[in-house]
Order: sequence, then structure tokens, then C-alpha cells
Amino acid sequence: MSALTALARVSAVSSGVAQPIATVRHVHLSSRPLVFVPLALAGEANAPLAALVGSSPDAPQLLFVPQPRNRDQRFEFAAKLAAILLSYVDSFCGETETVPAGRNTEPRERYVDAPQILVPNGGGVGFVRLFGRSTRFRRTEGEYAVDASVPLLGRWLTFFAERSEYPGSSLLVSMTGALSMHWATGQSAVEDANLAALVGWIDPPSGMSGAEAALEAEDPLTWPPAGPATDPTFDNEVLAPAIEAGSLSMLESALRSQLMPTWELMWRGVSLLRGLPPGARVEQRWTADRDAFTGFASYVAEGGYPQAKRDVAVAAAQRLARLERAQALYDAQRAYDDPLLLAEYRLSGEAFAGTVIASSPDRIDDSGKRRVLRPHVTVRSEDPVLLGPGASVVSPARPSQTGSFVSVSGPDVVLELSGGMGRGLTTPPGSVPEVGERLTYTTLTESYQAPAAFPSREETPWTHGGPPVEYVPDDEDAAEDWS
Amino acid sequence: MTNLECLRGAAAPKSHNARTIAALTTNPGCSRRAVMDAAGIDKERLASHVGFPARFGQSQFAITRGNVFEAQLKANGCAELLRLLREVLALPIGAAAYDDLESVNQLDARADRSRELLTRAADGDEDAGTLFDHPLLRLEVGGRWVYLEPDLIALQFGGKFYVVEIKSFAVIDGKADGTKVSAAATQSAVYVLAMRRLLAEAGYDPGLVSHDVVLVCPENFSNRPVATLVDVRKKLSVLERQLARMGRIDAIVDGLSPSLTFDLQVDDAGVPQRPVAELVDGMGQIDARYSPECLANCELAFFCRHEARGSTAALGKSVREELGGVSSVSHALSLASGAVPPAEDEIEAAEMLRFAAKLRSECLS
Repeated sequence: MSALTALARVSAVSSGVAQPIATVRHVHLSSRPLVFVPLALAGEANAPLAALVGSSPDAPQLLFVPQPRNRDQRFEFAAKLAAILLSYVDSFCGETETVPAGRNTEPRERYVDAPQILVPNGGGVGFVRLFGRSTRFRRTEGEYAVDASVPLLGRWLTFFAERSEYPGSSLLVSMTGALSMHWATGQSAVEDANLAALVGWIDPPSGMSGAEAALEAEDPLTWPPAGPATDPTFDNEVLAPAIEAGSLSMLESALRSQLMPTWELMWRGVSLLRGLPPGARVEQRWTADRDAFTGFASYVAEGGYPQAKRDVAVAAAQRLARLERAQALYDAQRAYDDPLLLAEYRLSGEAFAGTVIASSPDRIDDSGKRRVLRPHVTVRSEDPVLLGPGASVVSPARPSQTGSFVSVSGPDVVLELSGGMGRGLTTPPGSVPEVGERLTYTTLTESYQAPAAFPSREETPWTHGGPPVEYVPDDEDAAEDWS
Repeated sequence: MTNLECLRGAAAPKSHNARTIAALTTNPGCSRRAVMDAAGIDKERLASHVGFPARFGQSQFAITRGNVFEAQLKANGCAELLRLLREVLALPIGAAAYDDLESVNQLDARADRSRELLTRAADGDEDAGTLFDHPLLRLEVGGRWVYLEPDLIALQFGGKFYVVEIKSFAVIDGKADGTKVSAAATQSAVYVLAMRRLLAEAGYDPGLVSHDVVLVCPENFSNRPVATLVDVRKKLSVLERQLARMGRIDAIVDGLSPSLTFDLQVDDAGVPQRPVAELVDGMGQIDARYSPECLANCELAFFCRHEARGSTAALGKSVREELGGVSSVSHALSLASGAVPPAEDEIEAAEMLRFAAKLRSECLS
């Protein structure tokens, strides 16, 4: 929570409708996302109860487990879900593009598009993770055999769930997360976890304020919870008698009635998000998602093992380091794409906006061995300048150019520029800010950060348990009870 | 009649349990809840009568699952539980005497019997048993005795007592839902405290009760139980501080109007007749400290949320902090627009708010 978002929240209270906290969309939205609304049986460890799934708003497919405690029926549910999800995933494993060779990499193929799963909330992401965990180790022969698609489903769900922890990834997205990244409501973050209330604030029905719509959305009779947890009253008064009666039609209509309102909210959410123009760097992050997808698809095709239950020490440390770098990059990219997010850094003093009042584009620094182009610009800041000499800043308008603080006097900041001006001793037009140009400079950087060095798996130090045993799934994993 | 009895009126007092005591620690600054609980007022009924019913339903599937899991652990004289405790606490094989204290009917008799057995065990009397099923403990909360019923207390070889808490949420690959674990730990801490006080009163060392509790949950997706030791020292200190505060509830009650009561004036058919406006007015006399977290913990939350509309705290603690501690939404907006001059202690906050408002309007225009 930043002060700008807090201010947006109080403005939402007074205006009665959610306020924007982003000017562009920061998530990628597929042209045909797979919307997945799962329900789990209360009290059990992620026992599937029902789900609506599909990639077209008018064709949701309802899957449900008639006797949720029956193990075989759960695996039938998993197999049906696998049929839908795997064929959706497969439909992206067609056209590829060639990624040219890099400094240390061979040229490779990459799928031109990737699947995207949308779930209602954080609980939906948790469902995907746990359902992946409970299916990926299953065996397809011998005792407890399941359909061949079930362990494959588990691997893919696990991939999606793990990727969703990666900052900026859009392969598996929670709708409440995506919406509350772009709008601030007049309620608390706790209440924003209710999809119906959140959408009510952002897009209230005509004649109603967002606050009223959100209040109405809290009634589980009109707006059943978006899952995976069900409404306890529904469980006791509708679901339990229907299961008891063993009536499939009763169950089907009961579960459909619980899921349909959320299904519609999901597509309303999709169109709300589509209404925002995408940020300039969204495509770049989606490319990273397509890379991850391509890599995992070939790993699966080559018969790779299911993902281990726990990371070994080195892999865990590497993953954490990757996530931290991704987070820093993601924060910087969003701020570069979106002046409203950059404004948060202006508020905290990590950025300032101003107008160029003097510029010496052809200034040469000849103090070193080689004469180099080091233009000076003077920016009259409209924000308080908390940075001082020694600080180095970048403007999103010219991301490859760095400015270092030379001096600050009052609101006037003198910067020495380097980079982004070609190799010569004269500056190409437009590469150096001209007098009168309005700019924002920030300490945020999206430049490449070299990954930290980690020991190899075989050299895991004794402090971290020494080299780990190679993980091989065994029969015990496959035989794990599910009751 | 004491002040607290006046506040409650004719209804029978609602008694605390480990869960409600644990809830006291989540929002210790709320006088309204503290007074209501100390007086034993049925908050659920009060909230629904004033038109803001709580939504704390429990699914029968969850209840069944919890009961089945506990029954399975305790079947055959706690055979399965013993196996687990032997692993995690190194209980000696032979030591498996088991007392089912749930079978004793009357409350005080059960509490007495529990005390007798537990103190005998503390004496080192081997016949006193090692597993005490549903003993009844008493804890003084706000001047009243509250009966508490832990799932089980185990005595380890060497004379240490361990509180055992059985929960039916799953531990998957060694990880469980953090909120649930934390709630279970707080609840167990209540039992540890009650047990320690029982021993202290009987002249024993309260340190005989371990600050580690044994949490027993189903493992992965199965019904197979797994036991984990959870350190509740931090929870214990929070709890003790909060209970000590409860003792000072009188100070709050003394400041209230002597005629104040939350009696619902239930008629012969059991229907509350008390005019809602009177109750709402009465509740308004005791300060509440609403925060969005109350929604998950307190029966009065929806009422308090409604009342707190227009306050920045209702949007979450962090919102209020980010706004420089300004407590009302309209005041924050007036400071941001410069419509009102800031008070002396608001100058910094106002400056920040004006800057934030300028940035927002610049970026959104």
C-alpha cells in the first residue's frame, strides 16, 4: 500500500466508485483465456467438488464430483478436467518463432502464443497448486492406476502454480489480484478478496453506487462465494441433501447455480481489463512467459519427472534469487510504463519530474585517456529533490541513458549524461533532452542484473545438508491416500 | 447486581471458550468487545437483532471431517495418537495409561477430577496416567471462571506435560495454512496457560507444562495423522498481557451510564423486543476499534463496520498509516485538496497528501 493508493481509496469512499491506480494494463490478457472456477468440499484437503471451465463466455463446461468423498470419482473429475485443460494447452504447441542465438545461447524455437488460465482469487491459485500436487505423482498402471492424463494434468497445474509466483508472469492470473492492481476501492484489501464486491466497486450496476453494489455482493444468496470454499449454508441446506439423495440433476443444478454468478463476474473482469491499454513492457514479460511455457512443454514431451515435493537447497536459493530479481525488474518496468506508478517514486523522493532549462549536448569530457561525450542538462524540478550528488538516475523516456548528479541548487539539478547517444563525439538529434522538454528521472533501473553465483547441486555445502539425493518418484508417492 | 450483570440483563451469561479467549488477543484495543465479553453478552444475538448478523456458519462437511478425524485418533484407547506421541515426545512404550475425563458429567466435578489426576501425575504418581482425554480446566477471565476443554494432555516421561491439539486441516509436504496454524497455536496457548495456573495454585512449578504444544493434523491428502511441535511462547505472553488487561475492565465499566443495559427483553416466545435504536445508542457509548480483520473474528463486526464508515481505519491499518494517521476520510480529502488548513500535528501529513493529490490529478488528467 502506497500513499497514492491510500488516497485513491479515500477518494473511492467519497465518490462511491473505485478509482484508477494505474493508467495502463500491467497484465497480459490472452485473446482466448481459459477461465477456471473451482469449488472444493469443505473440511477436506482440496477435495474437488465442482468447476466451471472454458475459454468462451457462453460455453462454460460444468464438471462435478457426485460423491466428493469417493476417490475414484475424484480421479474421474481429474481426467475430465485434464481432457479440457490439456487440449487447451496443446492448442498453443503449434506455430513457433526462432529466437536468434545470444552470446552464450544457441538459437531456439519458441511458441508464438501461450495458454493463460484465469481463476477468481488467490484461493483459486491455491486450488490449482494443491490439485497439481495431488495428481502429478499418480501412476497409470498397477494398483491405484489412474487415467494417463491425470499425472500429466498434475504436472501442468504445478507448472502454472509455480509460474504464478514469478512477479510479472501472466500464465495463471487471479482476477481479484489483476483488478485490484488497477483499481482502488473504498473498502479494505480484506474485502477486495471478494470478487463480487470488488467488481461491484469498479463497475456498479446503473443506479447503484459501488459501495451499495459491494454491500449487496456480500449476500451469499445473490452472490455465492467465488470459491474454492463454498457457502456453509449452501453446504448444509442444499448440497448435503442433494448428495444424500444421490440425485445427479439436483446436484448439477445446485452447483451450477453456485458457480454461474462467478463465471459471469470473471468475464466482466476480463472486459474491464481489456478496456485498459496494455503497458509498453507487458509484451516483453509475456515473451518470458512464452519462453517458460515452451521450455516446460518440451520437458514434458521428453518425459521429465513430476516436479519434486520440495526444492533442494541450491535450487531453492536460485529460485529465490530469480524471484527477487524478477520483482525488482517488474517494479521498474511498471513504473516506466505508467506515470501514475512512477508518481509513487516521486512521492517517496526516488524520482523527480521537471523541465530542462539548460542543455549542453556537445560537452566533451577530456580528463581521461579518451575524449568522451558527456552532455550536461539542467532540470528544474517541480518535486522536492531528495537525491544528491553521486546519485544516478534514468528517465523512462530514454531508458538506455544514465544521468549522474553533478550538483543541486534549489530546484535545479545538473545531470551529466552517458549512454544512448551513439559512439561519436556529436549527439544524434533527440538523444539528449532539449531545453523545454519535460522529464521524469528515477533511481529505478531496468538494466540487466547479473544472476548471483551458486554452487552446483553436487557442491551443496554441508551447512545446507550436502549434495542431495537424486529425486526419483516412487510407488509410495503414487499410492498416497486421498481420502 | 454488579455493573456487568446490569449490562447483560436477564439473559444467561455466554461463556468464553478457548476460541473466544484467543479472539481477545487479535484486537486488544477494542473496549466494546472487551466489555461485551466480560459481561457474557451474546454478541451474535445482539448483532442479528440490530440488523447486522454475523456470518460464521460452519459447513456440516467440515464438522463431520473434524469429528471423524478425532475419533479415529482416539479409537482403541488412543492407539494411533500414542504411536505419534511416542515419536514426537519419546513417550516410553509402557506408559500409556489413559483417562477419559469426558465421561464425568457435572462440570465442577469434572474440573475437580481433572485437577486431582493432573496434580497426582505432577507428583510423579505413575498410576495417575499419561494421557488425559478432554480434561476440564478452569481459567479466570475478567473475574469469571471459564471452563476449557483441551483435546488431550499428555505427560511425558520425565514429568513434562504437553497440550495436544487435534485439527483437521491438512499438512501438505510439511506445510500448512499459516492462519490456521496460528489460530490453533493461540487456542493451545490458552490451554497451556490454564494448565500452568492449575499447577501453580496447587503449589507446583508451572514450568512443568511445556511451551511446546503438539499439533496433530492429517498428512497430505490422507487421513493419516502427523504430529508437529509448535512453540507457543509468544502467544502465551500476548495472552497473559491481554488477560491482565481484562482485569481492568472495571475502569471502563465504571465510566458507563449505570442504566446502560444490552438486555434484549426477550418475550415469552423467545423473541427479542428491545427497540433497536436503544441498543445501537448503547453500543455507541462504548468505544470500538474496528479494523477489517474483525470481520473474521467478531460477531459484531458488521455493525462496527457500518458505524466506522468514513473512517480511514475501516479501510485497513496500512491505509490509515499511509495517510499520515489522519482518521477520517473526509478530513484526509480536505487536507489533500487544501480546503482546510492543517492542525499543527497534521502539517507534515497535509503536505504529503497535497503532493499525492497533485500527482494523481497530473497523471490522470
